[in-house]
Formats: sequence, C-alpha cells, structure tokens
Amino acid sequence: MTPTPVTRRDFLKVSAVAGGGMLIGFRLDQAAADQATSSTLNAWVSIAPDGAVTLTCHRSEMGQDVYTSLSMLLAEELAVDLRRVKVVQAPVAPVYVNTAIGAQITGGSTSIREAWVPLRQAGATARVMLVNAAAAQWGVPAAECRADNGTVLHGSRKASYGTLAAAAAKLPVPQNVALKDPSRFTVIGKPQPRLDGGAKARGRAVYGIDVNPPGMLYAALVPCPVIGGKVASFDGSGVATRPGVKAVVNIGEGVAVVADHYWTARSAADALKIQWDEGPAATLDSAAILATLESARTRPGFVAKQAGDVSGPLATGALEAVYTCQMLSHATLEPQNCTARVGPAGVDVWASVQFPQGAQGTAAQVAGVKPEQVRIHSQFLGGGFGRRLENDFVAQAVTIAKAVPDVPVQLIWTRPEDMRHDFYRPPSLHVMRGAVAGGRAVALSATLVSPSITARAFPSFVQNGNDPFMTEGLANLTYDIPNLELRTVIEEVGIRVGFWRSVSHALNAFAMESFVDELALAAGKDPLAFRLAMLQKMPRQQTVLEHVARAAGYTAVPARGRGFGLASMECYQTHVAVVCEVSGSAERVKIERICITADCGLAVHPDQAVAQLQGGVVTGLIQAMRSKITVKNGRVEQSNFHDFRLPRMNEVPPVQVELIQSGGNPGGLGEVGVPLVAPALANAVFALTGKRIRTTPLEDGGVRFA
Amino acid sequence: MASFLLNGKTVTVNAEPDTPLLWVLRDHLKLTGTKFGCGAALCGACTVHLDGVATRSCVTPLSAVAGKKVTSIEGLHGPVGEAVQAAWDKHQVPQCGYCQSGQVMAATALLAKTAKPTDAEIVAAMQGNLCRCGTYQRIQSAVRDAATTLEAKP
Repeated sequence: MTPTPVTRRDFLKVSAVAGGGMLIGFRLDQAAADQATSSTLNAWVSIAPDGAVTLTCHRSEMGQDVYTSLSMLLAEELAVDLRRVKVVQAPVAPVYVNTAIGAQITGGSTSIREAWVPLRQAGATARVMLVNAAAAQWGVPAAECRADNGTVLHGSRKASYGTLAAAAAKLPVPQNVALKDPSRFTVIGKPQPRLDGGAKARGRAVYGIDVNPPGMLYAALVPCPVIGGKVASFDGSGVATRPGVKAVVNIGEGVAVVADHYWTARSAADALKIQWDEGPAATLDSAAILATLESARTRPGFVAKQAGDVSGPLATGALEAVYTCQMLSHATLEPQNCTARVGPAGVDVWASVQFPQGAQGTAAQVAGVKPEQVRIHSQFLGGGFGRRLENDFVAQAVTIAKAVPDVPVQLIWTRPEDMRHDFYRPPSLHVMRGAVAGGRAVALSATLVSPSITARAFPSFVQNGNDPFMTEGLANLTYDIPNLELRTVIEEVGIRVGFWRSVSHALNAFAMESFVDELALAAGKDPLAFRLAMLQKMPRQQTVLEHVARAAGYTAVPARGRGFGLASMECYQTHVAVVCEVSGSAERVKIERICITADCGLAVHPDQAVAQLQGGVVTGLIQAMRSKITVKNGRVEQSNFHDFRLPRMNEVPPVQVELIQSGGNPGGLGEVGVPLVAPALANAVFALTGKRIRTTPLEDGGVRFA
Repeated sequence: MASFLLNGKTVTVNAEPDTPLLWVLRDHLKLTGTKFGCGAALCGACTVHLDGVATRSCVTPLSAVAGKKVTSIEGLHGPVGEAVQAAWDKHQVPQCGYCQSGQVMAATALLAKTAKPTDAEIVAAMQGNLCRCGTYQRIQSAVRDAATTLEAKP
C-alpha cells in the first residue's frame, strides 16, 4: 500500500498547557475537528516544564519497534536526546488516523513512511519556536541561537526547553520550517537501541493479556467449532453454581463462563454441555475450497496490469502452470484476549489491537453506546501480523462484560480457539501462462483466484471487482515484458479470510517468481540473467538482485548436492531480492542459508530494519516449509503448535541481510522480508532435485525439510 | 492451599491443586512476566525454573510445586541471569517480546548447567521455545555472548 498525500494534518497546532508546558499537535480540518471532543486529543508531542518530552505514539507496537523509530524522527529535528523521549500510547482520535490507509491502523508497512514528514515537521517547528522564545527573552537575533540536546544556547547563555516551553507556546507558529538535509542526520540512520528492549528482556513489558484493572474477573469461552455456527442450546447446570463462577453467558457464537480466577472459568467452561447449530459452513472441507477456486479460473475478473496483447503469443505452444497456496493461521504467540468494562461511565477496553478505531466502533455497537463513550487502552501486541486488525475478540469481551456491569472482565482464548477461529490467509490459485522467444519472455499472463479479505473487512475499498490488496505483487510487477495481462478474480470459498503479513504479495510472488524460473528454463537461460535482462528499466531492482546473488555466491550450476534459488520484487516502495541455498536431496532438503538484500531508500532505524528482514524471512518460511490450515467438516483441523508447525531454532538457517540505501524517502520494511522466501526456496529445491513444486507449503509437493 | 518458594520468598496460594503454575503466577500472584502461549508445553513462553530446571509452567500443576523452589522472570537475579539479559540488550534480541521471558529463562537454565555450550547444545536447549517474530539468530548470538562473558569473569 502506498501512502497518499497528507490531507488531514496540513498544519501544526501549538498550544500552552496548564503548568507551563507546550503541546504540539495538529490543526484539524473541519470534518475531523467536529469529531474531536477535547483539545487534548490533538496531542502528538508535549514538552513539560521540567523539560520532559513526550511523544504520543499513534501506532501499535507489535515488534517493529515503532516507539523508537518515531521517537528518532522527532528527536532528530527537535534536537533532544532520544533516550529522554517518553512514549505514551495514543487513544483513538481522528488526528491519529493513518493517512496512508484512511483509518487509525498499524499495518501495510506504513508507520515510518506516513510519519516521515509530519513528525519531523512537528519537531522542527517546536525547535524553532523554542529558539525564538529564547531569543526574545535574551534580546538577541534568533539566527545567533542554536538548539542542542534539549537546550537553546547563545554565547555563554543557555536555557532548557522546559523553561522556554510556556513562552514558546504563545508565539506564532512558523510555516514551512526547513527540515535537515539527510547528510546532517545524527539520530536517523544511526544504530539505536530499542526503547522497549530492556523491559522485554525482563518480563516488564505489558501486553493486553497482562492488564489487571481493579476487581477484574476472567472469562473463558467455548466457541462453536464451526466458524459462523451458533449455540442451539446448552446445559450450564452444575457450572453456574461452582465456587467462584459469577456468570454463564450465551454470546451466540459460543458460551462464556465468568469467574474470579482464570482456571476456575476455564475448567467450568470445559464442563458445559452445548448443542450447536453449525450453520452453512458445517460441510466445508479443503478439497471443496480448492474446487471452488478452480471453478472460477476462467472468469475475467479485474485487470491489474496490462501491456501489448498476450492473445497472439500465447495462442500456441504457451507454457502453462497452476500454482496453489494453502491457508495459514496468524498464530500470534499472545492468544487473542480482551479486557472490557461496561458501566455507567461508558466502556473501557484494554486490548492488543492494530485497529483501535475499529475496536472502538465495535465495542460501541455491542454496548449500545456512542463511539466517544468507549475508551480504548491499547497495549503492546504479542504479535500482530494482521490478526489484530480484526476486533472479533473485542466484540466478544464487551458482550460478556455486559453481563457483569461495571466490572472489568478479561476474556482469554486458548491456543486451539485461537487457531480454529482465525481470519485465515486466503487460499489461492494462480493460472500462469507464458511464452519465450530468443531467450526472453515475450508474453505473460497470470490470474490470481482467491477470496477477498477487503470485501469483508473494508467493502467500500473494492470497486468493480478490484480488491487493491489482491493486486499487490501484480500491479507493481517490475519486469519489462512486451505482452502482459495480470488479473485478479474474487471467489469466496465459505471461510473468513484476513490480512496476513505481506498479504497478496506473498501469494502472487510465489506463483510469479516460480513461474519466471520456469520461463527461464524454457528460454534456456540462467534465472539470474533472464531476470536481469527484464529489469533494464528498473536499475534499483537490478542492483538488489545482482547484490544478493553476489552475497550468496549464487551460481546456476552449483556443486553436486547443492542448489540456489532466487526471487525478486518491489513491494511497499522497497526493492528486495532473496537467494536460498539448499543441500541434500528431496527426502531431506537442508536450508543452508538465506540471503536478502533490500533497497529501502533510507533506513531510519537500521538495526531494527535488519531485524524486520530477519524476522520477515522466518515468517516467509512458515508458508514455504510445512505450515498450513486445512478444514474438514467445517472444522479447522489444526489446533496447536504440534500440528501447525512454526519454524523452530533448529530449522531456521542463518539469514544474511544487506541494506542498500540509495537515498530518498524511506520505503516500507515490516512485510518486505516475507514474500520472496517461498519462491526462492521452491526455485532452490528445483535446482537441487529437478522437482518443480507448485504448491505451498512445499512439503505438500513431495519434499521433506531437514 | 499450597506453599512454595517463589523468587526467594515463601508464598501460599489458595487455588485448586490442578491449577497450572502459570495461572498461579499470572492470576493469583499477579506476576505477568511469565506468558501464556499454548497451554500444552509446545511453545516455551511460560518457562520458569523449578528447582533450577527450565520447566513449562502451563502444564505444571500447583500440586507438583508444593515445597519446591520456583524462579520466574521477575526473580531472575545472579550472574548468569544478568549476563543473559545484558547479552539480550547488546544483541537487541526482542521484537514483539512476548516469547522473550521464556527464552531468557531457557537460556539461563542452559548456561547455569552448561557453562560453554556448543552451537548444537544451544539449539537443543532452545528449540522448544518458539519465537513467532523470528529472532532465533539473535538469540543464538546472545547466548554465545553471555557464555563468553561468564567465562571471562573469575
């Protein structure tokens, strides 16, 4: 997803706060201002009389280290010590909307890209005002003063920001303050420790599941084993009277027990006898899902990218292949949970969420109150990956909390509940057709068939069959092929699907980058040379591909018992390429090493940029190796980490990350490491074994990984 | 009612004997550094030390810890634990951080028993601890680094 120009936050607003501080926020446009209920909702940065700088972080922390990255943008221009920036989590308010998406959402690898200009502007504007305040106090020209480390200096005189803040807040807000040239950066682009790293290594970070408001009770749920099914009847006798049990609540999609302790609630819930109305999904199975996708493969769908005319070159002798991907669960390590209190003072919700604005709306609807009567207290996320863009667990917790008025109730899902009630990464089917001549691709057509996440979650974003998340990885294809036709076909399959880190980039990249290797073979070319020849108009893409090939020691003709596979794409305004090196045989493929090179323009927080790519590659291995979600009789068959097998330390090879910083604005990085792992590994497996696997997980295609 | 030694102090808990130690810590004693991940000893997020041995608290009933010595992440002190946490800081290991209490407890138990683990021993001791963010490489580096630090100390 590409950030759109800032519309809502064109102007900064600076105001004084009681006690002598300074508040830097946004001047809202009228529509947004109408929704804002209090001036404090405008807060983004504040400077207290004691000089303390507070950043109100409007994005969720889910591992990407947004607290430090955004603090770095601020500290660079405000001229304060990064370690002195205190970060607090933002509430829900219009000013915190992610303008790249149009909602208060953390996702789409947008956090840094979207804050890049306005947060630095906020810091620079505040700095200039503090300098102006000092200059006025001292009766000297502002141009002779400078700001450094939270202080304004002139000759031997100095004043701390805290003592200047009140006066600065009363000055006119300068417009269009110049931002630093990147050559003068002292914070951005320099290695910085995570602001939250120490707490996380010491068990002190607070996630949604860790909150404990006074008087809190616990809730355990038994949901219908078929998603979409309902409680027909239940027998709660013998459960409601157990010591410690406070309520037994039928929430429609399941029955919850509320108790004074978690284990009491869990044990009691497990003793409930429930009859289900399993609903229309009760007969669903994975074979039917695939057959449904297959049935839609010839529908025209939406054309995501087109060039020339493929009909002639593909009329005879075209290469054709079908690729499929199985569903995946997000499997955040922190199971879904939510703490809610519904009382006369409104609704309080404590939760780990990527879409707090959606959580507010959901809670309001369930509680029958206005959104502004709902306070969302966002906590750290024990993993997001797109799962926590959904607020199903918020709706459940608020429904349960209504049964015990004015008492906070913490709903905690079990791991099997979490795995069986996810919004799964969509299953997909690709029909790929291509033609080569003279050692080059002359025509390529691709059709992705999958259910649409967006049509369910944000229906207004889907227009005329165009789901903009399904075209990711197609519309931004980097290859110069004269005849091209890339289509997406929405086909619902009867199970709910959700955004999973890198979304359709991963589905499309698996089919596209595997098929490009098939075309290279047909053309009699080395896969590297074949790609480079199609990238002559994309110099940054060429550079990352050449770079990673060199770093990995890539060769199309490796030693016996070795294989290299590569893959390349642009995504989230970052150019990326991956090489996998494998050894062994089809019965036992060992992944020796994975190299990834990314050109993200400018890496704001380089150490965590590397970490995101390292972790992204491991996430890519989830899809690539053996993890999948399958359905039988409407039930998800997997339940825990023994049958939804995430990569473990013994299975993850060394990941070598190289960043190229070719300049300009930062590109996204949170999802960039994910999509190319499966195709690079599939291509490496082909190089090693001669076996072309066209399905993920690759173990479904007849190999075993060591 | 059961008593055990937690982080150096005797605690008495009024809970059903089948209550997992994890929920005794998190719910009854409000020590939330130990995390719930799977409930089936498959992910390691709930790792504590039971008489010095890395143990999955989610499948360890309260009845099994009566009279024993339990250390949770909140009570991790001493040279080994501190060296591990310092190495975690140095290598900037955590991402979302949810698994890291368990990782730190597992690494500390390893180094307390095996001062100079080989890479294979590190993997063997740590492969029961899932990291959904994929920080394994940094965990390995940090464990090696902590071992080196401890070796250099008299």
